[in-house]
Amino acid sequence: MMKAANKSFVRSVAGKSDSSDASTESVITMSIPTILIADDSDTDRLLLEKILVQQGYQVEVASNGKEAIAQFEKCRPDIVLLDALMPVMDGFEAAMRIKAIAGEDFTPIVFLTSLDEADSLAQCLDAGGDDFLTKPYNSIILKAKLNAFMRMKDMHSTLKQQRDEIKQYNSRLITEQEVAKRIFDKVAHAGCLDAPNIKYAFSPISIFNGDVILAAMSPSGNLVVLLGDFTGHGLSAAIGAMPLAQSFYSMLEKGFGIKEILREINSKLNEILPVDVFCCALVVEFNFKDQMLHLWNGGLPDGILYRPSEGKIIKFHSTNLPLGVRSNDDFDDHLVVHDLQPDDRFIVCSDGLYEAEDEHGNMFGEERFLSVIESNQNPDHLFHEINVSINSFIGVDTLSDDISLIEIKVVNADDLQVVFPEAVSSEKLGPKDWSLYYELRRDTLKDYDPLPLMLHILMQVPFLRLSSSQIYTVIAELYSNALEHGILGLSSEQKVTPAGFAQYYLARNQKLQDLVEGKVSIALHYQGDETGGRLEVEVKDSGEGFDFEPYLKDTSSEMQKKYSGRGIYLLHSLCQSVEFFDGGSRVQAVFVWGGE
Amino acid sequence: MTISSTVSQDGTELTISIAGRFDFSSHQEFRDSYENINVKPMSYTVDMNDTTYLDSSALGMLLLLRDYAGGNESKITISNANEDVKKILSISNFEHLFAIN
Repeated sequence: MMKAANKSFVRSVAGKSDSSDASTESVITMSIPTILIADDSDTDRLLLEKILVQQGYQVEVASNGKEAIAQFEKCRPDIVLLDALMPVMDGFEAAMRIKAIAGEDFTPIVFLTSLDEADSLAQCLDAGGDDFLTKPYNSIILKAKLNAFMRMKDMHSTLKQQRDEIKQYNSRLITEQEVAKRIFDKVAHAGCLDAPNIKYAFSPISIFNGDVILAAMSPSGNLVVLLGDFTGHGLSAAIGAMPLAQSFYSMLEKGFGIKEILREINSKLNEILPVDVFCCALVVEFNFKDQMLHLWNGGLPDGILYRPSEGKIIKFHSTNLPLGVRSNDDFDDHLVVHDLQPDDRFIVCSDGLYEAEDEHGNMFGEERFLSVIESNQNPDHLFHEINVSINSFIGVDTLSDDISLIEIKVVNADDLQVVFPEAVSSEKLGPKDWSLYYELRRDTLKDYDPLPLMLHILMQVPFLRLSSSQIYTVIAELYSNALEHGILGLSSEQKVTPAGFAQYYLARNQKLQDLVEGKVSIALHYQGDETGGRLEVEVKDSGEGFDFEPYLKDTSSEMQKKYSGRGIYLLHSLCQSVEFFDGGSRVQAVFVWGGE
Repeated sequence: MTISSTVSQDGTELTISIAGRFDFSSHQEFRDSYENINVKPMSYTVDMNDTTYLDSSALGMLLLLRDYAGGNESKITISNANEDVKKILSISNFEHLFAIN
């Protein structure tokens, strides 16, 4: 075996024109082909041996089948010439055994025969012979045949070598993909996909999936979900998912809004992906506290909000180009706003679901999908029903695209189990005593969100990190009150009805664009040590203020409801104290933790 | 899946016709249809009269053509698309990038 392998290696090296190193010197001697002749007739054998030596072959001889096998095992000839009829063991038997010993190595066997009946010739080939030569020998034909067999042998060993290389390469590729997939899964499917109100399904057509599902809680306690579908499948599609997932999780954690996150992802993908690769995506932020959603859809099928209580289906069309297609200058980050009710189901799938085909090439389609939702009786079973429906529709073998499906159940904020980060064993206390004053003027108010920066600064204090969600909520509430009510003069009562809800956000955007003057300032004062600390947040706006008196006197649920739009009740539940000054245009909230 | 292209007599417009399914398997053929021609046309028409279906890789290929034809300065019309194909184009809001009629 070793010898044969060496030969083929050497031969291919010798084939290269400039192989001049030492190892190739032995090539010349080794590459003389060896031929084994087995014939019981001494004259015939000698004659043939003489012709072959003249033609430049190295020759080994045997006088019957048994000897031929022994010689074969000893010197592994390139070609075997066997007389058909020999004593001890005939050529047919020897041919079968030699072929068995040679295994995968191609060893041409040529029968030497004076037989001329068709039956016997056929028997030679059936026994594993590759050809036959009739006596007396014609040296020209003999030479041509042997040359042809040497070519076949070369071709066979090249093929075998390539096959082995491919096999090896393939198994290495699969190992590498599996390792990469483990990394990918950690990055792309981290977050809170396991939350009790989320159900999702993946059916990748290769190890890697062109689809990405991401879900995480923002510091304000909102659930943000992204479903992305990259062009193509497999590794090339999955590569874009890495920067996408990383931007998504890290920016969300730092308190950035989904507009900023979308812009960042779009510019990153636009920069790094080839022109023909992009990501169809739908991002939705669920605010369970205020029961509303913000949504952006670029290139995915309609997001669907199913309201079981009314049997209503609300669709959110794609209104944007997919992520990564255009530069940020042309990027539209407009979000759709809609109200929510507990028990609503939000469902979105990749187009692979609509395009899944049955055995006749019919597509599953949007109508079939919607009819499953329409005929649903118990919303808790909906996700299962969709899966059953799609699986029974497609034949198992006809899947041609990645299918991803996710369902989010709308719950009350209190019922949502938010996983807070583990307490930092803080040997470091971070900054202990400081103040910060930040004033935002007109042009900044229009399109800048100061919260990520504020949060970033506050998170330098390890103690505050433990309560980042509450602190974020407090500052976010105070800031949006100052901006929306104080500066823009919007009334939160408008938000009571679903229609008013949408109008409210429309008006908010319009008024911001038309804003002539106004400013909001945020002041932070922090003091703390090992045992606890105190954070004071003061937000002041240049507006008229508002009538906060009724709220302070009446804490009945009726009043709480009425003012819920201002989140004052919420603020009180999170802070030690909330005080209003200057007719309501200045609010001071104090957040205390640990023992003072 | 066959893709053919014809240049208008004055050499200013290239029409690329796509028959059957337009998906990743036609990648090379599609690129050849506009890269392997001697003239540099001013405008392009992608005739989808006989296109039965198009997938996201095909959308990517259209973006490649757009890039080749000059990006934002390109003039590309997608014509005669059937309803299914139109829907796929509109979900991805490709009307912002191509003239679709």
